[in-house]
Amino acid sequence: MEKLSLRDQLLDFNASYTRCIDSDNLESWPGFFADVCHYRVTSAENDRTGLAAGLMYATSRAMLEDRISALRHANVYERQTYRHMVGLPHVVRSDANEAECETPFLVVRIVQGDETFLYATGLYKDVFDLNGEKLQLKRRVVVCDSSRFDTLLAVPL
Amino acid sequence: MQTSTIQWIPQGETRVPLAVYRDDQVYADEQRNIYRGDTWNYLCLENEIPESGDYRTTFVGETPVVVARDADGEIYAFENRCTHRGALICLEKSGKDAKDFQCVYHAWTYSLKGDLKGVAFEGGVNGAGGMPEGFCKDHHHPTKLRVAIFCGLVFGSFSDDVDPLEEYLGDEICARIERVLGRPVEVIGRFTQALPNNWKLYYENVKDTYHASLLHLFFTTFRLNRLSQEGGVIVSETGAHHVSYSKVDEDGFDGYKDQGLRSDQSGYQLKDPSLLQGFKEFDDGITLQILSVFPGFVLQQIQNCLAIRQVLPRGIDKTDLNWTYIGYVSDTPAQREVRLKQANLIGAAGFVSMEDGAVGGFVQRGIAGTRAEQAVLEMGGDSTVSSSSRATEAAVRGFWKQYRVLMGV
Repeated sequence: MEKLSLRDQLLDFNASYTRCIDSDNLESWPGFFADVCHYRVTSAENDRTGLAAGLMYATSRAMLEDRISALRHANVYERQTYRHMVGLPHVVRSDANEAECETPFLVVRIVQGDETFLYATGLYKDVFDLNGEKLQLKRRVVVCDSSRFDTLLAVPL
Repeated sequence: MQTSTIQWIPQGETRVPLAVYRDDQVYADEQRNIYRGDTWNYLCLENEIPESGDYRTTFVGETPVVVARDADGEIYAFENRCTHRGALICLEKSGKDAKDFQCVYHAWTYSLKGDLKGVAFEGGVNGAGGMPEGFCKDHHHPTKLRVAIFCGLVFGSFSDDVDPLEEYLGDEICARIERVLGRPVEVIGRFTQALPNNWKLYYENVKDTYHASLLHLFFTTFRLNRLSQEGGVIVSETGAHHVSYSKVDEDGFDGYKDQGLRSDQSGYQLKDPSLLQGFKEFDDGITLQILSVFPGFVLQQIQNCLAIRQVLPRGIDKTDLNWTYIGYVSDTPAQREVRLKQANLIGAAGFVSMEDGAVGGFVQRGIAGTRAEQAVLEMGGDSTVSSSSRATEAAVRGFWKQYRVLMGV
């Protein structure tokens, strides 16, 4: 089969990534990341002013697996689902090894089957590893447009 | 003055009417008697406005406030409300190099101390219009707050009668603040968490040492906090402020198993334990210290994860929790990375804090339709004194002791 263009690979990647989360297949979510990676959920304000802290902050795929296992076994929260809408990826730069991209997203949340609620909007600021069979995230910083977060951020974005 | 019809028990703190979390009149009275009353309210960190001309905007209760450092090097705070028509004077969350503040509506200008310095067209235009002869700018400045600083924390008060800040805090609370903030800190992140509940429900949760090991499985499983650990709770004399603290105890504890509690689930292990690998930075061995200053300040040390939380009412059933994550200026890169990883424990997505953010909403939803029902606060007896046990609601009762005094109920 013909190798897909980078743009098409990115579209496929984001489609699979958001489908994984939205269908509650969270155990597969860490598989979108490289072994050593950076995943962080933050605000545009922190991102702009260079403040490093995140609401979620992981430096390895194992840490992402721990987050899912905490959600499944330790944390108490109401049953909920997301629906992600992702925009088109903008490739900031790319070479043979990696590509830096930005993709806008919008997420609505439904708690206990109740109202559909606009939960978060923002930008995925990504660095993809292009060396493997499939794309993998070396880095995904989820930059939410607002600094105000709903009281509960359980499921990853 | 309207007064609420809510019935309290004649004295003591072992019962609290659930209507206090959902009553319009109570909410309005709190703005006057608590936030504008004899209390000190956290405004910002001193080092968030280090230079002359630096400022931040915040709130005391619902009231918008400007905090600014003047050319004289001192910090001033005043209502963020133009005395002309009531518009916000300052629209930004923070800024630098301000020489003054000018209301955008009609360009009335205020100094960094909050004095009215200029009124556009005060003398009229081409000899016509203008303010009347007797108009005196000195009589038209926004209400100014008293400002006091302790350990880099800037507090403000609308009260002329409240005790000086350090007396308000008391020696024990001062010492526990100094323990964490006695060296220079810097901000490493800020988040606002929108809580779906009355402010008091969150503030009680902070003071509630009884729930921690029962609600938060993440903590208990990793022995960050079991009631068997050495620790205790300090309640200030007025009841207003508290500190709870504990030291990690490596010996197991089977009280949870014996009682069949949900929070004893063994066998849960981290694949990447670096999440919790910290370093020792406090000589006293205390790994967890939660400190509150009435009515809306929290200082948190959970292992190496340090943060300030500002609790602000946004309506009867809405509260903003402003998190300021901090590290020490002296942190090495490795130490800073530890703090960033441990911050996974706190905030809206925190392995520990996520339940705290949600449980207030469960109460708020649960109390819909209540009439005379009352909360029961009898764990640990009826006292509001310090104790070495955390199986007590003493600090929560302390909150209500101070609350009843200020509210006159």
